[in-house]
Amino acid sequence: MSETIDTALDPAAAARAEHAAYVGDNDHTAPADDHVAHHPKDTLYLKVAVVLAVLTALETSTYWVDLGAAHTPVLLVMMVIKFVLVLLYFMHLKFDSKVCGAMFYAGMALTLMVYLGTLLTFRVF
Amino acid sequence: MADVAVHTDHAAPDGHAAVGHAAMHTTIPGLSNNKLGMWLFLGSDCLLFGGLISVYMLYRGRNGTGPGPDALWDIPLTSVSSFVLLMSSLTMVLAVSAAHRDEDAKAQTWLSVTALLGSTFVGAQVYEFTSFYHEGLGYTTSLFSSSFYSLTGFHGVHVTVGVIMLLTLVAMVSKNKIPGQKAEAIEMVGLYWHFVDVVWIVIFTLVYLIPT
Amino acid sequence: MAIIERPSATPATAGAGAPTFVPPSQAMGIFHRPVATTGWKSWLFTVDHKKIGIMYGVAAFAFFLVGGLEALLIRTQLAAPDNTVLSAGLYNQMFTMHGTTMIFLFVMPMISALANYFIPLQIGARDVAFPRFNALSFWCFLFGGIFLNTSWFLGGAADGGWFMYQPNASNLFSPSHGVDFWALGVQITGIASLTGAINLIVTIINMRAPGMTLWKMPMYTWMILVTQFLLVFAVPVISVALFLLTFQRSFGGQFFNVDAGADPLLWQHLFWIFGHPEVYILIMPSFGIASEIIPVFSRKPLFGYKVMALSGAVIAFVGFGVWAHHMFASGLGPVSVAVFSASTMIIAIPTGVKIINWTLTMWGGKIRYTAAMIFILGMIVQFVIGGLSGVTHAVSPSDTQQTDTYYIVAHFHYVIFGGAVFGIFAAFYFWWPKMFGRMLDERLGKWNFWLMAIGMNLTFGPMHMIGLQGQPRRMVVWPSKLTGDGLFNLGFWNRVASVGSYMIGIGVIVFLVNIYRTHRKSNTASLAPLDPWDARSLEWMTANPPKDHNFDAIPTVHELDEFFHRKYEEVDTEHGPKLVKTTTAEALLAEQEANADEHIHMPSPSYWPILLAFTLPVISYGIIFSIPLAALGGALLLVCAFGWALEPSTAPESDFDPPAEAGPSKELEHVG
Repeated sequence: MSETIDTALDPAAAARAEHAAYVGDNDHTAPADDHVAHHPKDTLYLKVAVVLAVLTALETSTYWVDLGAAHTPVLLVMMVIKFVLVLLYFMHLKFDSKVCGAMFYAGMALTLMVYLGTLLTFRVF
Repeated sequence: MADVAVHTDHAAPDGHAAVGHAAMHTTIPGLSNNKLGMWLFLGSDCLLFGGLISVYMLYRGRNGTGPGPDALWDIPLTSVSSFVLLMSSLTMVLAVSAAHRDEDAKAQTWLSVTALLGSTFVGAQVYEFTSFYHEGLGYTTSLFSSSFYSLTGFHGVHVTVGVIMLLTLVAMVSKNKIPGQKAEAIEMVGLYWHFVDVVWIVIFTLVYLIPT
Repeated sequence: MAIIERPSATPATAGAGAPTFVPPSQAMGIFHRPVATTGWKSWLFTVDHKKIGIMYGVAAFAFFLVGGLEALLIRTQLAAPDNTVLSAGLYNQMFTMHGTTMIFLFVMPMISALANYFIPLQIGARDVAFPRFNALSFWCFLFGGIFLNTSWFLGGAADGGWFMYQPNASNLFSPSHGVDFWALGVQITGIASLTGAINLIVTIINMRAPGMTLWKMPMYTWMILVTQFLLVFAVPVISVALFLLTFQRSFGGQFFNVDAGADPLLWQHLFWIFGHPEVYILIMPSFGIASEIIPVFSRKPLFGYKVMALSGAVIAFVGFGVWAHHMFASGLGPVSVAVFSASTMIIAIPTGVKIINWTLTMWGGKIRYTAAMIFILGMIVQFVIGGLSGVTHAVSPSDTQQTDTYYIVAHFHYVIFGGAVFGIFAAFYFWWPKMFGRMLDERLGKWNFWLMAIGMNLTFGPMHMIGLQGQPRRMVVWPSKLTGDGLFNLGFWNRVASVGSYMIGIGVIVFLVNIYRTHRKSNTASLAPLDPWDARSLEWMTANPPKDHNFDAIPTVHELDEFFHRKYEEVDTEHGPKLVKTTTAEALLAEQEANADEHIHMPSPSYWPILLAFTLPVISYGIIFSIPLAALGGALLLVCAFGWALEPSTAPESDFDPPAEAGPSKELEHVG
């Protein structure tokens, strides 16, 4: 996990090495995230963006096309796909530590649980 | 929660300076404080927007004597502004990518484009709200109007704060003034920005596209 | 263009990683970064978790006295029939503010006080993850609490009950500004809670000492971790409710206006989705305190450590699924009521597990009945009583009779006051020596306990009965014709309750006397050794009080109850393996000092947290009285945010003044 520090060549790293026992100092915590090694190339981001654009176009097209009973489910599915794509790729969750994802998924899960529960009691659906 | 194995290579007797050194530089799970903090904040923000969305879903049919969604929505306009916001996520991630490669100028360019696209989105929102207002939808007109404006207004404020952060980043990068790691700061703003985009993905579908 | 950096001679270093040094020509240099290590400035601008913890504690206790006074006024009003101590309007304000103050301005901040002080110590860290945000949390709480209480002098306090049901608390039925003060004040303290929660979660996950896996953390740390997750996800929900309330009352938004078609239950749902996790937020830290104190004073390790941790997590999760049990009588419909009734019953299980495990910890142990221990034992007994009445609420048919009566008042006072607050007092007695280097007097401590315990049971015990006999909540006066005869004599039991409440007050005074007597300079008997209780966890492996940087050398943790296992070794004797004390806290501390880390740097003090927190009440006064003022506050907020962002969390070397204390402790080493 620790980076190699060649203090002779890197004054910034020398400063870090001097300030050995930092606490709560966000300038210096965990400089070596393992995701740095897993950075996707820009072409992947472009591909994801194209998919998002296509999905948006499809979503918009439903304004003019009535899909009957499937209308709302189809829209919801496309919404979820877009959501997940941004989350996993643009926000990098696919490549990051599971702990970060856990924080967010916990929030998402509770959001769905309490608000769907509430709306159900109001018989919104 | 995954726990990475402890630094067995530093198993010196307690109090050894080397242990203190390594311990403070790396964390047991190997995560950055800022990143973990930002994801927690975003997790909590889910509940904030979830609440506002739920209020809207409850009240969207209650427009009283005022105009309702069918009378108001301009889907072509809103879909263009949604597309703009979506593309701003792309430019944001390109900025982060450039920052990781230490390409400051490129990072600044992409950050500026992101800010521009975000501002365009906000501008379109302002235009949209103004035209709704002229069609009789004020903030206090009905339950529907209050819920709609509150939800989209909160989102718009989030976007605006994001634009301010982006422009600030551009200035700080050019002056080399970012305390701490530049790439990480940009990544944090990026996470916030993508979240704001993701919330709009939900709002666009639930508010504008799904028929009442 | 940093506003705060003192100019130094070193030119700016390019690139990421190093703090930014600003040449004199570039610095605005109007304000030097605060550097004081002693005096009032060192408190105002501190980012040290221990100082912040103490400030939280002092402020929270002051609000405890305010809330207690409000309670005594209520009980005085109800001590006699047809009483006129408080008018109806004032009575409404009194019980609203009593509940609001006790929950938001006493228990929650006091929990933060103890957590802020002890979490970094328990996990072997030197501070929390975001020290300036930590300071921000405190100042937001303090300014929010003061702002909320200025309502008393600015047109009247909030009067809609602590849960402020709509449309009763709308402009139509609660026209004074009190509810606006409440909504904005609680919103500000909510910011304090949210930032504090993010801070502590990141601290606990990321900053544990090497070797301290999650299964080797003290149980108090576990319970605080669970509590912070509850906060992170519950506070945004009440934020939404409070925003809607403020926008309705101040800007005409239509959310709770029944004439426009609003559903009054919307408020109730939003409030209780927060409100139920909130009560677990109140009690879980005290559960953690119990799990620290019982093993120490039973001389036995905690029974079922993993089960205790997991049951805490289960309570938290299920706690998000029971909120509508506060709404059984609101017309939800039988399906919803049944679902929430079932989930509420389920949550009793992990709670019961904890009670059993504490009992089994004590079983076969060598129990010492110190003040801390008896407060915890009182907590457990009283919490069980409150929990049992809670189970009767879970059964929705019986709840239909109990709801909105004094039976409910009895329930929640048993669990919050008898449970959470007794746990907090136990923590005071337990941790006082570590925080202040002195031990609170044990005899006075026992008087404190018995007065509070007997007082509390006299006050709230009879309320079960008079509640079932029909006395509703928030009843301003009881007429003499309801006095009645026989056992269920409303008049008699109200009088008993009032006497009990005064007894609680005397108990609290005894506590204050205890503090005063303990800290008198002439009282050398109260000076505490490093490890007066022969305790188990890392916070005891520090000086009294801990040095600024907590540990001279961050320990490596090998097992649960690390400190205990460093003092005791298992030795084989003819009677089987025995634990023998091989070293003392003093010796361990000396060993740390001998092997101290070099170049310990701590995050630097900062103006921005207190300044930024100050803008929040400015904005709030503006929303209530003058929009231009709100805009000004908003602009100041922006300035403070920028100033903060541009300031490195640690000032450059030249900004450090060496500490006044000399001596063997290596407070700060200067580089070079």
